[in-house]
Amino acid sequence: MTTTVLPRVNYLNVKYGVASWLLTKDHKRIGLMYLVLVAVAFLLGGIFAAGVRIELTTPQGDFVSADTYNRLFTMHGVTMVFFVLIPAVPAILGNFALPLMIGAKDVAFPKINLLSWYILVIGFVFTVAAMLFGGVDTGWTFYTPYSSLASNSNVMLTGIGIFIAGFSSILTGLNFMVTIHRMRAPGMTWFRLPLFVWAIYATALVQILATPVIAITVGMLALERGLGFGFFDPRLGGDPVLFQHLFWFYSHPAVYIMILPPMGAISEVIACFSRKSVFGYSFVAFSSLSIAVFGFLVWAHHLFVSGISPYSAMVFSFLSFAVAIPSAVKVFNWTATMYRGAIWWQAPMMWVFGFLGLFLIGGLTGLFLASLGLDVHLHDTYFVVAHFHYIMVGGAIMGFFAGLHFWWPKMTGRMYSNSMATLSALLVFVGFNLTFFPQFILGYLGMPRRYHVYSEEFQVLNVLSSAGASILAVGYILLASYLFYSLVKGKPAGANPWRATGLEWTTQSPPLPENFEETPIVTEAPYQYSKREVNVG
Amino acid sequence: MADGLTAHAGPHGDGQAHHPDLQHHFQTLGQQQEAATLGMWIFLVTEVMFFGGLLMAYLLYRVWYPEAWVEGSLELNIVLGATNTVVLIGSSLTMALGVRAAQTGAQKATVGWLLLTMALGLTFLVIKFFEYREKWELNHIPGPNFTFEGPLAPQMQIFFSLYFGLTGLHALHMIIGFTLLSVIAWMAHRGRFTPEWYTPVELSGLYWHFVDIVWIFLFPLLYLVDRTH
Amino acid sequence: MLSGIPLFPEQASNFAPEVDNLYFFVTAVTAFVALLVVVLVIIFAVKYRDRTGEKVGAPIHGSVSLELAWTIIPFLVTMVIFAWATVVFFHMVRAPDQALEIYSTGKQWMWRFQHIDGQSEINELHVPVGRPVKVTFTSEDVLHSLYFPAFRVKADAIPGRYSSLWFTATKTGEYHLFCAEYCGTDHSGMIGKVVVMEPNDYQAWLSGGGGLSMAARGEQLFQQLGCVSCHLTDGSGRGPSLAGKYGAQEILANGVAVAIDDTYVRESILTPQMKLVAGYQPLMPTFQGLVNEEGLMSLIEYIKSLPSAGQPAAATQPSAATQPAPPPNPAPAGGGSQ
Repeated sequence: MTTTVLPRVNYLNVKYGVASWLLTKDHKRIGLMYLVLVAVAFLLGGIFAAGVRIELTTPQGDFVSADTYNRLFTMHGVTMVFFVLIPAVPAILGNFALPLMIGAKDVAFPKINLLSWYILVIGFVFTVAAMLFGGVDTGWTFYTPYSSLASNSNVMLTGIGIFIAGFSSILTGLNFMVTIHRMRAPGMTWFRLPLFVWAIYATALVQILATPVIAITVGMLALERGLGFGFFDPRLGGDPVLFQHLFWFYSHPAVYIMILPPMGAISEVIACFSRKSVFGYSFVAFSSLSIAVFGFLVWAHHLFVSGISPYSAMVFSFLSFAVAIPSAVKVFNWTATMYRGAIWWQAPMMWVFGFLGLFLIGGLTGLFLASLGLDVHLHDTYFVVAHFHYIMVGGAIMGFFAGLHFWWPKMTGRMYSNSMATLSALLVFVGFNLTFFPQFILGYLGMPRRYHVYSEEFQVLNVLSSAGASILAVGYILLASYLFYSLVKGKPAGANPWRATGLEWTTQSPPLPENFEETPIVTEAPYQYSKREVNVG
Repeated sequence: MADGLTAHAGPHGDGQAHHPDLQHHFQTLGQQQEAATLGMWIFLVTEVMFFGGLLMAYLLYRVWYPEAWVEGSLELNIVLGATNTVVLIGSSLTMALGVRAAQTGAQKATVGWLLLTMALGLTFLVIKFFEYREKWELNHIPGPNFTFEGPLAPQMQIFFSLYFGLTGLHALHMIIGFTLLSVIAWMAHRGRFTPEWYTPVELSGLYWHFVDIVWIFLFPLLYLVDRTH
Repeated sequence: MLSGIPLFPEQASNFAPEVDNLYFFVTAVTAFVALLVVVLVIIFAVKYRDRTGEKVGAPIHGSVSLELAWTIIPFLVTMVIFAWATVVFFHMVRAPDQALEIYSTGKQWMWRFQHIDGQSEINELHVPVGRPVKVTFTSEDVLHSLYFPAFRVKADAIPGRYSSLWFTATKTGEYHLFCAEYCGTDHSGMIGKVVVMEPNDYQAWLSGGGGLSMAARGEQLFQQLGCVSCHLTDGSGRGPSLAGKYGAQEILANGVAVAIDDTYVRESILTPQMKLVAGYQPLMPTFQGLVNEEGLMSLIEYIKSLPSAGQPAAATQPSAATQPAPPPNPAPAGGGSQ
């Protein structure tokens, strides 16, 4: 057997120099540029989180002042939501893998793709500027009238940053949607698409339809705060709760932007490492679409105690239960995929195991919050904080890591240390549970969220939570380390180190700039693991 | 080459000749044009959602404060508003004729129709400017200087916030459209478009029509709330 | 020390057991599903493990009956949870008619509670055990949220609007009161306690001062602000008589019927021409800026207390001094009710 070497010409070495990256139109390079941006944002958001968790080890406000604390949790939320969770999987893994998976040379609009990256950078610059000028303290949800009339922090700058960042998401979704419609290789019919592509498509639907609403909402907030316009001002007869409706009309579907692509990555990894077709392919595909559609119908479950009519609350509660079903269906299908599979315990699969456990808890605890009678007690407590972190970190981030570890050999041409990766997955899993499970208990006890100081009896659980956060941090640092290390010292991966199906694995690692030497022609359904021996690259 | 195609070696793999406007990641000009058009339609959907947020706020407050809406609407200049409506509809006509001219390769006509569309768009913006200036002089701009007699004043401030929000956003889109058309007109003047490839003209047309349709909604919603009063 | 770590909140209201039972049910259902999936994943991962990476899985692609089963059954289960939770919720949003009324305003960063008998407290709320209490409240500035974890009730305080919540405290003691909607610098300091007392102790506390009842204060405002000059009780004034109007239905100038409730009264004082009663001219000036939220609440209490024409003057709302039948001990007259 010959030793695997890196291919002579690939998209990384075809041209060198900063200009060749900053002016690239190659979706693969753009994906990596997003990875850098998102990693920086994740680090920043993590530092803010560290500040929060350190303060919360004691009931008193002895680490930072109240105003500083309020800025810390706000900026943690803003950074993580808009500059990590929303872009991460679509813009990094989607950009890199989508054209390869459908047999295309690039996305439909490569220049707009690059523009999307620049737009996100500019949005990030504005947001960081807001932080440097003293931060913002409204909570990432910016509720009026506090954000429009009372806060004396950098609301406008942050709002501008978010407004701009939204366009990056819109253009990416637009690009991906046209790509999937118009650039599939011959024979790649809709039902031969890998499930990651279905997930990206469903996500694009949400990005396109929902994001403009947060843009106009932030715009209205800016007009009110900056020019004294009256949209939400109760002194004029305006309705502060209108802001909540408009805000959540985007922000609820937004959480599906955050979770659908990682779910798609999970489908790819679980099929590969079970050596088996994803159980119920069309049900999983349609579940992705259902989640995207239903996701638009539930926003007011964030407003159950905001004074909406109980009948309207009932409708939104019902729909919130309904939207949980497609996600449950996916989890059951993934589990069934493993049944009588050939489970290969490699790093990407370790992250999948973590995902399954954590996403399950996150999704199921959503049922508590969808229940009207329970939500009255649990709204705005740490129960909610725990719930969304289980889904966003336990689900979305773990799913992202699963995909990253799966496609890393394809992206870089190199393998990373499997044992380090497994250790990191374990540390993240344990650290995560220790950080956030106590918060469910704290929430039911009644500890409200966004509290700088808290009642003494909550301390022990808070200390456990902060301890878990430090383990989590170690897991992340370890991950960054071995991935970096692999760039220099990693073993060359070859075209298909995982022996996976999928068009992206039929080409070299890293791929050619134009992806394929010849346009592939697709003749069979995806995940045909059991039908044939898959070639080792 | 005589048929306008270019041949060059490269990633097509076979050095096949292709249209100079065919971008390399597409297989055919038809695929490229379809992708571009689909992209523009999707973009217009996002614009609908964008305006939609403001329109939702409008809907809510109009139901809550119908008298303030009537009063506010009566403060708007219906002559100027109606004139602008005609101007904009006219500009959509000239735009459509411009796209047709590009489609048939009539270069001079294309440029002419595009310039006329721009002129009508500019007319709209000028008229809007006069309307805004009058509002400024009457202190009807929402904010600390807003002045209005009568008990409905607070709710009228909401009406005017939505008036300026909606028409301002629309005017911004007009300015962007004007800039876009100036670029397209220049390209047409330089002979860039052929009957095989005039996609930018077509896409600009779609955008322009959209901006026109938004105004068709805004005019009755803002100017015609209750003119029988 | 370990025994001092609370893991579950006290049950101190009628809602606590309702909510907790629902919570236990949902926990049981979700724990069951979670355990089922986790156990299966672990079993499959171990039983079907292939260390070589060269084997392939079985050629199984799906099963429509399984898909239907695990779609329909979870849906039915969630519908049970939905129904149960909705019943609890509707119980929470419908305060009983005879509830003891307490008014409150939240503002950065404190809560003020006003008892109709006149006592006012800051960041503390005294209530009697065993009696329904309804808190009607608003915010004077930004959003806040009134939350009593031990009672399992919460509602947002919204500027420009009234919210309400109700509970029947079932256990004496002191319990947390939290603001649960982020409101700026001292959000986590906008806390206090609710003190649940035996009825006798509560009466004693009430009679310990407080001055005029809310209704009496409202009557003073009614005079001071000049309301009395138009709202003559015989109906001959420029404005309608308010006697007995609270709780009734009125037809507005635009033909729509409206209930005269707290919200209507407040709106009529602040934006009088918005919902004009039929048959009257739009002459009433606005009192925005001339009366604060507590003043508005006092005026509401006053208007509530006005008897219908022809009825003897009597309290139409139960005050703290009169208890709903049958009281275990007759309550001494206390407070300043009429």
